[in-house]
Amino acid sequence: MTGTLGLIRLALRLDRVVMPLWVFVLGLLPVVYVSGFDTLFATAQERIHYAQISAANAGFVGLYGPLHGDSLGELTVWRGGFLPVMIGLAALLTVIRHTRADEEAGRTELLRAGVTGRFAPLAAAVLVTAGACLVMGVLVAVTLIGHGLPAAGSVALAVSYTVSGWLFAGVGAVAAQIADTGRAARAIAVLVLGVSYVLRMGGDISALGGGRLDWMSWLSPIGWAHRVFPFGADDWWPVVPAVVTTLATVAASAYLLTRRDLGGGLLAGRLGPASAAASLGSPIALAWRLHRGLLAGWTAGFAALGLVFGGVSTSVAQLAEDSASMGRIFSQLGGSDSIMDAYFASIAQTCALIIACYAVQAALRIRDEEQTGHAEAMLSTDVSRWAWGASHLIFALLGPAAALLAEGLVAGLVHGDPGRVVASALAQLPAVWVLAGVATLLIGVAPKLAAAAWAVLAGALLILIVGPLVQIDQWVLDLSPFTHVPHLPGASFTAVPLLILTLIAAALGGAGLLALRRRDLPA
Amino acid sequence: MADAIDVEGLIKRFGAVTALDGLDLRVATGEVHGFLGPNGAGKTTTIRVLLGLMRADGGSARLLGGDPWAEATALHRRLAYVPGDVTFWPNLTGGEVIDLLGRLRGGLDRQRRDHLIERFELDPRKKGRTYSKGNRQKVALVAALASDVELLLLDEPTSGLDPLMEEAFREVILEEKRRGDRTVLLSSHILSEVEALCDRVTIIRAGRAVETGTLADLRHLTRTTIRAELTGPVNGLATIAGVHDLTTENGRVAFDVDADALEPALKSLVEAGVRSLVSQPPSLEELFLRHYTRDAESVR
Repeated sequence: MTGTLGLIRLALRLDRVVMPLWVFVLGLLPVVYVSGFDTLFATAQERIHYAQISAANAGFVGLYGPLHGDSLGELTVWRGGFLPVMIGLAALLTVIRHTRADEEAGRTELLRAGVTGRFAPLAAAVLVTAGACLVMGVLVAVTLIGHGLPAAGSVALAVSYTVSGWLFAGVGAVAAQIADTGRAARAIAVLVLGVSYVLRMGGDISALGGGRLDWMSWLSPIGWAHRVFPFGADDWWPVVPAVVTTLATVAASAYLLTRRDLGGGLLAGRLGPASAAASLGSPIALAWRLHRGLLAGWTAGFAALGLVFGGVSTSVAQLAEDSASMGRIFSQLGGSDSIMDAYFASIAQTCALIIACYAVQAALRIRDEEQTGHAEAMLSTDVSRWAWGASHLIFALLGPAAALLAEGLVAGLVHGDPGRVVASALAQLPAVWVLAGVATLLIGVAPKLAAAAWAVLAGALLILIVGPLVQIDQWVLDLSPFTHVPHLPGASFTAVPLLILTLIAAALGGAGLLALRRRDLPA
Repeated sequence: MADAIDVEGLIKRFGAVTALDGLDLRVATGEVHGFLGPNGAGKTTTIRVLLGLMRADGGSARLLGGDPWAEATALHRRLAYVPGDVTFWPNLTGGEVIDLLGRLRGGLDRQRRDHLIERFELDPRKKGRTYSKGNRQKVALVAALASDVELLLLDEPTSGLDPLMEEAFREVILEEKRRGDRTVLLSSHILSEVEALCDRVTIIRAGRAVETGTLADLRHLTRTTIRAELTGPVNGLATIAGVHDLTTENGRVAFDVDADALEPALKSLVEAGVRSLVSQPPSLEELFLRHYTRDAESVR
C-alpha cells in the first residue's frame, strides 16, 4: 500500500476535468428533476394523477424502475431511476482508467519500480472513485434538503446512489484484474452493469403485471438501489448487500492482483497461428478481426435484452386489460393506439440510446488506431486512408443494425408480432448513425477533441431523459436526433425524417472521411 | 538513374514549432543511405512526409519519381516501412501481422519470410501484446524485408534489438546491398551501424541537413587526432591554421588537425624528431559530436 497517497494525488490531477464533471452533473440532476416537477404540476392533484399513470406504464417502469408513491420526492427518485446506471458506469470507467489502462500503457510499471506497493495503484483508484461517489452523494443530499425535501429521504437517496457507485467501482476493479487490456476490462464491467440493468428491468415489468419473473430485480445491484424507496419506505436494508458486495469485489480484486504478473491478466494470452489465414489480406478483413468480438458481445446482449422485453410483454398486456381507462390515458399521452405499442416504442428508444454507445465506440476506433500507431503501419502500404477509415466506420453503421435486429427479432418472436417490433427497433438506426457521423467528423476535423463525441451522446441522452420533464424549448429537444424518429410501432410511419437523418449522418461521416484524407497522420 | 528520394527545401511546421526547416535529402537508386541526427532533429517527420502521412508546408519532395502526397498508395506498393516506435494489434500474432502487411503491400516472398523469421529468432505465434519492444521491431523488419519492394524506409530499425540481432540485421542489409536491387534509407543514431552499412550519409540537425556525402567525403571534413612523443622541442605547430586543442607536456604533444593542415603539422613534428606517433582516424562519431556540440553551444 506504500505510495497510495501519492497515487491518489496523481489520479486527482489526471482526472481533474472528467471526474468533477460527472460528479457535478450526476449530483445535481435530482434537484433539476425536483424543480422540473415543481413547475410541471400546478396542484397536488395533477401530480398524483401523473404518478398514478406513470406507475402503471410498463415502458416507464422498465426504464426508470417501480414507482410506489405520489410525493414530489418519490417522483424525483423514480424519474432519476436511470441515474444509478450512469453512476455505476462512471465509477467503473474511472477505476479501469486508473488501473488496467495505465498498466497496459506501461505507466504502472514505472510507478511500481519506484517506492510504490503492489496494491497502491488499485487502492488509489478505488479510493479516489469511492470518494468521488461520496462527494456526489453529499451533493445530492444537500441540494435536495436545500430545496425543502425531507432530510431522511434525501439522505437515503444519496446513500443509494453512492453505494451503487461503490459497487460498480468494485466490479471495475475485478474486471481490471481479469482482462489484460483496458478495452476488454471495460467490456466485462459494462456487461455486468448491463445485465444488472436488464435483470431489474425485466423483474420490475413482470412484477407490474403480476408476472412470475419479479425475482429478477432482486438479483440486480441496480434493483437494490431502487429498493431503498427513499421518501417512501426509506428502507435501508438493501444498502447492506450493496456494501457487502463492494467489499467482496474489492477484496477479490486485491486477491486476484496477487495471482497474476504485472501487465498480465487472468485470461492468459495463448499462442496463435504462425501465419495469417488466407482471408486476412484487406483493411476490411482486419477491421472484422478487430471488431468481431465486441460486436458479437453486443449482438448477443441485445438478443438477451429482446428475450426479457418480449418475455415481460404479457405482463404489459395484462395491465392493459386490468385497466381500460388507463389504456385510454396512455394512448393520449403516448400518441399511440395501445399500451403495448407505447411499451415497444419506449423500448426501441432505450435500445437505440444504448447501441449508440457502440456506434460511437466503433467510429472512435479510427482515432484509436491512429494514436496507437497501428494506422501508420497500415497506411505505409497500398491502403488508402479512405479504405482504412471506411473499414472501421462500416462497423459503426452496420453493427447497431445487427444488434437492433437481434433485439427486435427475439422480442418480436417471444411476444408474437415480430414484423412490427423489428420495424420499431430498426427505425431508430438513422438517429444512431447521426452520432457515428458526429464522431467521424470530429476525428477528421478536430482529432484531439474526438472523445467529445461521447459528450454529444451524453447530451442526446440528457435531452431525452430530462428534456420533456423540465419543459425545455422544442428547439433544444430537436437537437437530439432521437427526437425526430417516429414512435413506431404505434405512430404512423413517415419516411421523411428518417431520410433526412440518414442524409445528415452521411454528410457528417463523408465530411469526416474527407477531412481525414487531407490532414496529417498521426495528428 | 533517377534518385529514389529527392527532397529540396522541405518545410514542416507543427503550430509554432518548425520541425523541418528547409531540409535537403537526395538518395540515389540502389544505395544505402544513412540518415543521422539526434532525437527530435526531424528524421521521423521527414519519413512521414515521404510516406504521404504528413503534408509539407513548403519545398518539394519526390519519392520513386512520384509525389508522395498525391500518389501515396501507388508508391506504397513499391516500398516498405519500418516505423521507429512499432506497435501492433494486441490480438494478432506476429506471423499474422507479417502476412497482413505483406499482402497489403502486394505480396511477400514466402521463403524469404520464413528464412528471416528463423534468422531473427522470432516466434511468430505470439500475440502482439506479449512481444517485447525488440520482438515487435523484428516483426516489422521481417514484414518489410520479406516484401518484394524497391525502397526500404527504416526508422531506427535496431532500437530495442540485442547485439546479436543487431549483427543479424547488418548481415541482412549487407546481403541486400550485394544484390543491389534495393534502395535503403536508414535513419539512425547508432554511428557504427551507419559506418558499417551506408554508402552515403546525411546528417540533420534542427530540421536541416548539415552535412551530406560519402563517408570518405565526410572524413575529409573531420579532424585527425595525433599524439606524439618528440625528441626535441617543436616549433611553429601552434601557428598552423587548422591545428586545434594543442597540449605540450614533457616532450609529448597532442592535438587535433584538419585534413588540409595535416601535411604542415606532420612536417613540423618530423623536424623536431619523432620517438612515437599515434594517429586516430576521424570517426563519424566525432563528426556527429561536433555538430551536436555546436548545436548545444548555439543554444547556449
